[in-house]
Amino acid sequence: IMCASAKYNTRGPALIPRMKTKHRIYYITLFSIVLLGLIATGMFQFWPHSIESSSDWTVEKRSVHDVPVVKLPADSPIPERGDLSCRMHTCFDVYRCGFNPKNKIKVYIYSLKKYVDEYGTSVSNTISREYNELLTAISDSEFYTDDVNRACLFVPSIDVLNQNVLRIKETAQALAQLSRWDRGTNHLLFNMLPGGPPDYNTALDVPRDRALLAGGGFSTWTYRQGYDVSIPVYSPLSGEVDLPERGPGPRRYFILSSQMALHPEYQSELEALQAENGESVLILDKCTNLSDGVPAVRKRCYKNQVFDYPQVLQESMFCVVLRGARLGQAVLSDVLQAGCVPVIIADSYILPFSEVLDWKRASVVIPEEKMPEMYSILQSIPQRQIEEMQRQARWFWEAYFRSMKAIALATLQIINDRIYPYAAISYEEWNDPPAVKWSSVSNPLFLPLIPPQSQGFTAIVLTYDRVESLFRVITEVSKVPSLSKLLVVWNNQNKNPPEDSLWPKIRVPLKVVRTAENKLSNRFFPYDEIETEAVLAIDDDIIMLTSDELQFGYEVWREFPDRLVGYPGRLHLWDHEMNKWKYESEWTNEVSMVLTGAAFYHKYFNYLYTYKMPGDIKNWVDAHMNCEDIAMNFLVANVTGKSVIKVTPRKKFKCPECTAIDGLSLDQTHMVERSECINKFASVFGTMPLKVVEHRADPVLYKDDFPEKLKSFPNIGSL
Amino acid sequence: MQTRKKYIFLTFLASWLLLFFFGGDQLRRFAFFSGRKTEAQRNWPHWTDRSLLKNFADPEELQRDGDPSLLSPRERRAAWLSIYKNSRCRMETCFDFSRCEKNGFKVFTYPRERDQPISESYGKILTSIERSRYYTPDPQEACVFILSIDTLDRDHLSGQYVRNVDEKIRGFPLWNGGRNHLIFNLYSGTWPNYTEDLGFDIGQAILAKASFDTESFRPGFDISIPLFPKDHPQRGGERGWLYQDSIPPRKKYLLVFKGKRYLTGIGSGTRNALHHIHNGKDIISLTTCKHGKDWEKHKDTRCDKDNVDYEKFDYQELLRNSTFCIVPRGRRLGSFRFLEALQAACIPVLLSDGWELPFAEAIDWGKAAVVGSERLLLQIPSAIRCIHPESVLAFQQQTQFLWDAYFSSVDKIVHTTLEIIKDRLSPHRSRSRFLWNTLPGGPLVLPDFSTHPGDFPFYYLQHGSSPSEKFTAFIRVVSQAGSLSQPILRLIQAVSGSQYCAQILVLWSCEKPPPPSGKWPQTTVPLTIIQGRRKLSDRFFPYTAIQTDAVLSLDEHTSLSTSEVDFAFMVWRSFPERIVGFPTRSHFWDPEQGRWGYTSKWTNELSIVLTAAAFYHRYYHSLFTEYLPAGLRELVDSLATCEDILMNVLVAAVTKLPPIKVTQRKQHKDTVPQQVKGTAGAAGSRHFSQRQDCLNQLVDWFGYMPLVSSQLRLDPVLFKDQVSVLRKKYARLEK
Repeated sequence: IMCASAKYNTRGPALIPRMKTKHRIYYITLFSIVLLGLIATGMFQFWPHSIESSSDWTVEKRSVHDVPVVKLPADSPIPERGDLSCRMHTCFDVYRCGFNPKNKIKVYIYSLKKYVDEYGTSVSNTISREYNELLTAISDSEFYTDDVNRACLFVPSIDVLNQNVLRIKETAQALAQLSRWDRGTNHLLFNMLPGGPPDYNTALDVPRDRALLAGGGFSTWTYRQGYDVSIPVYSPLSGEVDLPERGPGPRRYFILSSQMALHPEYQSELEALQAENGESVLILDKCTNLSDGVPAVRKRCYKNQVFDYPQVLQESMFCVVLRGARLGQAVLSDVLQAGCVPVIIADSYILPFSEVLDWKRASVVIPEEKMPEMYSILQSIPQRQIEEMQRQARWFWEAYFRSMKAIALATLQIINDRIYPYAAISYEEWNDPPAVKWSSVSNPLFLPLIPPQSQGFTAIVLTYDRVESLFRVITEVSKVPSLSKLLVVWNNQNKNPPEDSLWPKIRVPLKVVRTAENKLSNRFFPYDEIETEAVLAIDDDIIMLTSDELQFGYEVWREFPDRLVGYPGRLHLWDHEMNKWKYESEWTNEVSMVLTGAAFYHKYFNYLYTYKMPGDIKNWVDAHMNCEDIAMNFLVANVTGKSVIKVTPRKKFKCPECTAIDGLSLDQTHMVERSECINKFASVFGTMPLKVVEHRADPVLYKDDFPEKLKSFPNIGSL
Repeated sequence: MQTRKKYIFLTFLASWLLLFFFGGDQLRRFAFFSGRKTEAQRNWPHWTDRSLLKNFADPEELQRDGDPSLLSPRERRAAWLSIYKNSRCRMETCFDFSRCEKNGFKVFTYPRERDQPISESYGKILTSIERSRYYTPDPQEACVFILSIDTLDRDHLSGQYVRNVDEKIRGFPLWNGGRNHLIFNLYSGTWPNYTEDLGFDIGQAILAKASFDTESFRPGFDISIPLFPKDHPQRGGERGWLYQDSIPPRKKYLLVFKGKRYLTGIGSGTRNALHHIHNGKDIISLTTCKHGKDWEKHKDTRCDKDNVDYEKFDYQELLRNSTFCIVPRGRRLGSFRFLEALQAACIPVLLSDGWELPFAEAIDWGKAAVVGSERLLLQIPSAIRCIHPESVLAFQQQTQFLWDAYFSSVDKIVHTTLEIIKDRLSPHRSRSRFLWNTLPGGPLVLPDFSTHPGDFPFYYLQHGSSPSEKFTAFIRVVSQAGSLSQPILRLIQAVSGSQYCAQILVLWSCEKPPPPSGKWPQTTVPLTIIQGRRKLSDRFFPYTAIQTDAVLSLDEHTSLSTSEVDFAFMVWRSFPERIVGFPTRSHFWDPEQGRWGYTSKWTNELSIVLTAAAFYHRYYHSLFTEYLPAGLRELVDSLATCEDILMNVLVAAVTKLPPIKVTQRKQHKDTVPQQVKGTAGAAGSRHFSQRQDCLNQLVDWFGYMPLVSSQLRLDPVLFKDQVSVLRKKYARLEK
């Protein structure tokens, strides 16, 4: 079975396939295809025009009033009442969903019918604007299927959003006669206004047997956790009024209440708050003396002052959302849209999408009994947190409240996540607003581990043809106690590596990997031969590092396994004249990069470099034959948010025939090229991830007056 | 030849294209050729009159959702109390919040009765509570009550089953229908159905139970706890088995299971099917029929062969060498296997439908386990093969974090349970899901300090913020001299000279009153004097005056220069969760004495930074004072010389990382006196052995040695390099 993911190449960079003499077969196949195409096209061109379907073609131009009418006999069956003990594993048929490579459930929508009772009276309004929008959204989404046999979830087109306009018994009968009803198994109903006078039940009263309910206004007693989905009550104002996002920060009012027809008991508690705290609390109500033609829903009044609704919500830090007859209130949507932090006072209410949304980040929930303490509770919240909640509230609205489409897709995604939990959307994806997703980092190596020293490290030497220098490097590096394997990446396709007998004899395994192309990125390939976490990338001319220095570098890496730990450090600077980044290799007090000519890092970053490097950076590096180290520095800093660690004092990396590191760095054109790399990468990453620090790591007793022979790493900094 | 071919090819292509254009109309309508169009046809129609459709509700109706005929809110809440009881309990209806308001969250345990033996596990639970900072011996101030009757094993076939619990409970004057009681249970029901029945009426008590079934679980009220074995450690606990982050996960097996196969009865459906996925290569699924007395009676044809294969593999070995572990239901929903897999970093693949996962109110199990469906067992192998290696690595790390934060000891399980209840008491002062599921985990985040991630030292990177750019210098003065000494004056000068210093606080812990404000040196930053209570733990009290994230903790004798302070602060900003400081000490295991040793000698390693000169995050003051149990603070107050070790141990326990040493000018090295009271001779060695004793007592309290050693010191980039001093920013450090 195929996975959704691409299979990674586990064995070295691939060869580019070349076709040489096989073009003949190609042509023949091409010809035959073209010929066949010709014949087929011709045939269809002159075929009688009966193919044109007559019925389906007109679907697009229908009115909701033209849909087929279904008569419900008075004695047609009624489903059982909803079963409170239903859970996914008891009432849901997962076999319908099956394993599928995309991990997406398939949703079928019943076609629209008009239901009438025996006397021809219609059972309800055919469909509301919102429900039509919701079904349109589902049908346009990836979840949709038109094949009822492949469907995992069924959505009736019977509109039960508002229970007030339903004839309950007849609606239930209409549900029961759906072609795949089967006790409501795998059927999903959307309801926003449940219950009715006098009890105002918190879940839809229409008997629905095992059907899942996406309901607005569940209480903890009616909500079947892990089965139902709690959804918002959509506010049609969302579509009508365009409230531009207002930056977070202090507002004119501290607490605002905008709901009309509150229970007098709540009303008096709010007024008590206002009396106590004065003008920072604003309690609005319906306007009594509006001139004709002004819609009452768009105005609110306090004494004689008239305010525009919902605009006024943007004037307050906190907005009260009190329960009414029902628990779910449309005002929540308006409040979120305004970026006002909702103060939710509705005991036992299951907040919308609470299965995935972390409401603690966007709202304050206060128990009804604590209403009198509301002011002091809210005051105890630090300003920074309020600002974040304002941002978060607005984000919730934009992502999950703003349209019926958003509500529909979030609901389906939640159900999808239950069926394919291993492909579920993460907490961060649901909850982090784009700005946070952008500025925050989630370190892939987040567990604080100090890898065991016994594991050792694998040295990878990238080489082209400097055999003599390479052998010296191998000999030097092999002296480091923690070296566990040495890998030579032979990047020269025109020349074979020296015979086995010529290589230096060292105490650890030495492997030579031959590459298919002379690419710099070969240095960062996650070769299977690397069995340790730690990798030492070292150029074939770095012979000046002592064994103590290398061993110490490894020890430092163990303490910072998620960072690049290297020897020569470099810096990026902002060039104010040129208005761009500049590369700096001078003796500076700061570092932001280390050269990978001699650096320890985690093998994970090889994997990232090879498979997850953003944009075209990898190809760019290979094409320019430069800056692979800068790219690696960017990559690691970007994914971890952390700085590099430079170890040990600066050395002159002298070597006469060197073309890398300092040898070339002195070259002016080289500097220009490196600066270009930084600018290029910064634009690809969309940010400058590199972190500047002023420290480097030395052994604890470095340069201390202490007998050298008692020091763990005496030979550090010698030239 | 070549060119002719090309021409022919081109002509064909052109004519085909032409035909397509002219005849395309028909083609496009022909269903076979364009599935897309067909789908569009059958999609939900675009009604011609969709813009005329009515709203689902009248806007006014939506905005005026009141109904005066209803019960008043107060009446409604009162009515709830009588309706939503027992099996429908919620915090609003069954928990008396008022009990927690006056004295905060305090937990009382009923006195243990002599004649009533309790199991080892229940004994550990009670000990955990009695050791916790929430414990109170006074029932009057308690918010939560815990029975002394062992309710862990309610299988009446079990030897530990306590009889007549109902009767006993009714005799307790504090019982009150179970209100505000917390009952722990590991096993409920018995063969053959293993129901959720406890054999007594728990009434309105909160049930913390293992193997909780979602159907009987009262959401937001009960708590699902993990099943843990008798020998689960009281405190500390073993660490997880993940020592390296490998990618790809370099383990021998992909998926393993080794356990019983029930031939009949509850749970047999799943256990009986497990052998189907065994492939003998990377998926090992072994079952045995041998369990119970009369297994041979039900024996089927597989049994003998299975039993043989079963013996070929070792469970521990499989656990260690597999990426995923199947954790199926047993007779009950939970199993020991769950915690075993978690510790082993073997990602649990749960096959236990309807199990309310442990602490699911707080823990996001989707990040650490694969929640499979018993019905889809055969899809499991392909599903987990599709999980990306980087996700596997993230899962593995998360198992270790969860194990260590919430499960590795009875203390952790019990404290997590209490913290979850505490969070419910004031929803606006509770931890978000982010805080529960990110290192270092819920119990180490004090909502009374803040609920904002930016206020803690742990989340700067995930949160996309950075620590404040200034620090508060906090100087403790204990010397008996009435006037200000030279060193402290120099210190104040040096510290206030730092461009990053926001203020100086002096903790005056002497009997004599502090000198009048005129005697203090003039500084550019505000200087405030706090009167201490002459306790050592005072220095780590979360004074409200400390408003910056960073605290520079100093003793009056400390000698530092401005550039040392500047450099150390810059380093701290890179490591805000650690202690960053100057003089260091180290610990080591002394095999001869069989205890931990403490040394102040110069060594190649360090694990303690003296708080006489160190930067750390102000949150650690809160943790020190509010998180640690009072007994520990009393211990350091009584020893008079150990509070800084405790601070180091605390921070290491939280971060699992060593502190950071920064470079210090030579002439001042170790002029910082060892401690306040004399250093010479006998006093010095007594002081030294006291500190060593203290360290060992702390290790005993924590249940393990939290300190971590480091081999490095951070120096300025150009430290002692052969370049001109003019180029060096911190040249003064080299003098």
